[in-house]
Amino acid sequence: MEALVAEHVTKQYSNHTALDDVSLTIPEKSVYGLLGPNGAGKTTLIRIINQIINADGGEVRIFGEKLKPGHVEIIGYLPEERGLYKKMKVGDQLMYLAQLKGLGKQDAFQRIKVWFERFEIKDWWNKKVEDLSKGMAQKVQFISTLLHEPKLIILDEPFSGFDPVNAQLITDEILGLKERGSTIIFSTHRMETVESLCDHIAMINKSKKVLEGSKKDVKASYKTNTYVVEHRGNFRLSGVGHQLVSQKELEGNHFVTLIKADQGSSPNALLHELLPQTEVFRFEQKLPTMAEIFINLVKAEGDEALRKHLQEA
Amino acid sequence: MNKVWLIIQREFLNRVQKKSFLVTTILVPLIIPAIMGVLVYVMIQEVKEAKPDTLQVLDESQLFKLESNKRLTIVPVSGSIVQVKAAYMESDDFGLLYIPPAESIGDITGITLYTKESQSPEKVGNVTSMLTDLVKDSKMEKYNVDKETLKDIRTTEVNLQEINLSEDGQEQSSNTQIKSGLGMALGILIYMFVLIYGIQIMQGVIDEKTSKIVEVIVSSVKPFQLMLGKIIGIASVGLLQFIIWIVLIFGVTTSVLGYFGLKMPQQQAMEQVIESTSDEEVKEVIAKQSNQGPEFLQNLSQIPFLKIALVFLFYFLGGYLLYGALFAAVGSAVESIQESQQFQFPITIPLLIGYLGLFMFIVRDPHGTVSYWLSIIPFTSPVAMVGRIAYDVPTSDLVLSMVLLVGGFIFTTWIAGRIYRVGILMTGTKVNYKVLAKWFMTKV
Repeated sequence: MEALVAEHVTKQYSNHTALDDVSLTIPEKSVYGLLGPNGAGKTTLIRIINQIINADGGEVRIFGEKLKPGHVEIIGYLPEERGLYKKMKVGDQLMYLAQLKGLGKQDAFQRIKVWFERFEIKDWWNKKVEDLSKGMAQKVQFISTLLHEPKLIILDEPFSGFDPVNAQLITDEILGLKERGSTIIFSTHRMETVESLCDHIAMINKSKKVLEGSKKDVKASYKTNTYVVEHRGNFRLSGVGHQLVSQKELEGNHFVTLIKADQGSSPNALLHELLPQTEVFRFEQKLPTMAEIFINLVKAEGDEALRKHLQEA
Repeated sequence: MNKVWLIIQREFLNRVQKKSFLVTTILVPLIIPAIMGVLVYVMIQEVKEAKPDTLQVLDESQLFKLESNKRLTIVPVSGSIVQVKAAYMESDDFGLLYIPPAESIGDITGITLYTKESQSPEKVGNVTSMLTDLVKDSKMEKYNVDKETLKDIRTTEVNLQEINLSEDGQEQSSNTQIKSGLGMALGILIYMFVLIYGIQIMQGVIDEKTSKIVEVIVSSVKPFQLMLGKIIGIASVGLLQFIIWIVLIFGVTTSVLGYFGLKMPQQQAMEQVIESTSDEEVKEVIAKQSNQGPEFLQNLSQIPFLKIALVFLFYFLGGYLLYGALFAAVGSAVESIQESQQFQFPITIPLLIGYLGLFMFIVRDPHGTVSYWLSIIPFTSPVAMVGRIAYDVPTSDLVLSMVLLVGGFIFTTWIAGRIYRVGILMTGTKVNYKVLAKWFMTKV
């Protein structure tokens, strides 16, 4: 079953179109990366899912049900613009946020205790948020997002502003949540995060969806049939279609060579040709990184602004 | 609805649990009577201890028979004015009065009071009234009015008893002063309450916006619920504070008066008389007399306090809700209190009009045209109607005003809600009235 399906969602603001006929399918128990530059429409889409704003057209379904007010209780949302009540005590604050998400008092209290133990912050209950360090406040924020054990978790740029220790903590938590059956939507423009965490991705550019699929499929569809070979002793390529892209000598007749194989050829055929000529230590199909795919995609679209953005990122 | 309740609770508890709330709530009702008490005490002491001022008099007309009284001690001096002035400068006396030569007391001009420094109008007034009295006396004598008649004329005072005829034929004596005092006090209270707590709402909204928690909250509740919860929560804080103040002020005043054994003098005398007699007839007579006696108390008892209290409560809340929503909208549009000034201005203007109207029109003419409209239009009615209510306002006026006020706050809440839901999620936008209008029209 799909955790979330968006069909032909559009959102028009007075001076621009924020979302133009965007359809997404987010499988259950996946980590789904929503990618795209700032201003592409990611946050608008996320706000529609959270029912903070309404779409002008199209439909969003969560676990097969049309979007309804009760859904906010099964969503955990960490917005990009986030914060806490500075003058409120950590414990009271978490109780309040959990109750707003529909948890009962007792239930909320028990769960906060569990989280406090897990993060080893048992003595924080009576601390005011303004007395916490930034990293500590981030932990509280993260707990507040997950207290009601949401089935759908939406994290908008979750690592922005998080220090590496907390980022790792959160990465571990996210993977743990996935194990336990939650679906996680990730909005980011940081490609390394996508590479390491997501199993599905979609890319939104200029309010339109330009790409969607599992990471494996996307990578496969953008593969260039290029192989990395580490070998001793040089060789000569005979095949018509094979191309030697680059070769680097490591030490004592050791080489790392990049070969772009013929379009129709299989890895085995290439290997078959190499084996008699040289001793092969490593043979690996080189898959494009996410960053490469996007830069490629952007080049194809001729979008200067996006390319610049991705290069910066 | 359950979530609005949670928001109300948070807003309420968060404020009530603050030390500053406790301090202001407890100290204000203690401090204000204390300050007033000290002032009254000092004033009484000053009057008691005041010694008469010494006034040197050089009377070249020989017509004035000035006599010392409680306030002035007269010391006649003689010599040329230059000498006398020099002598006066050496002395510690209050002033030197110079009366030039004259034919008769009636056509005297050029009386001069020399003092070392500018004196208070009160002290100068003492001298003037003493001279005036003497001139008047001599004129009366000239017209053959004897002293006794004069005294009688002087001490004449008309006591006007006002009676309101109500439609059902009942007669009620009215005391305009009590009513205008009461009306003003209540009007000022509402004005202050709306302003103080309205700004608290605005501050709360700005805090949520700048601390960036607001997007977290609106992913759980509708922006309108958040706004409503905040407004109602803060209203309950204000109401609680107000009730505590009333109880404390009433309690402190009663116990202080009780401690000193103070009672209204007439009341005391009457109680003694009633206790000492057993004759029913006498009691009845006394009861009748006592009705005329403490007129003040009688008038007080005729003012419909319950009605006033209920009306006050209604306008207290109605005015607060009407303006509170607007303050919330302003808070949602800006990112700091400083920035809010430009938008606060048009909100506070109608409130201020009501406040000034209270002094300029309602106190002077509670049933005039301007007073009527001020108490009908929802933006000024909370202050104005409460100022009018002690005077018997026709029920039709009251109902119309109340209905319009309810309509008014539904209207402002609707407008404010539409601005608020967009405003709270906007940061870094330069906001002007055009932008506000655009937000209002935006489909969310």
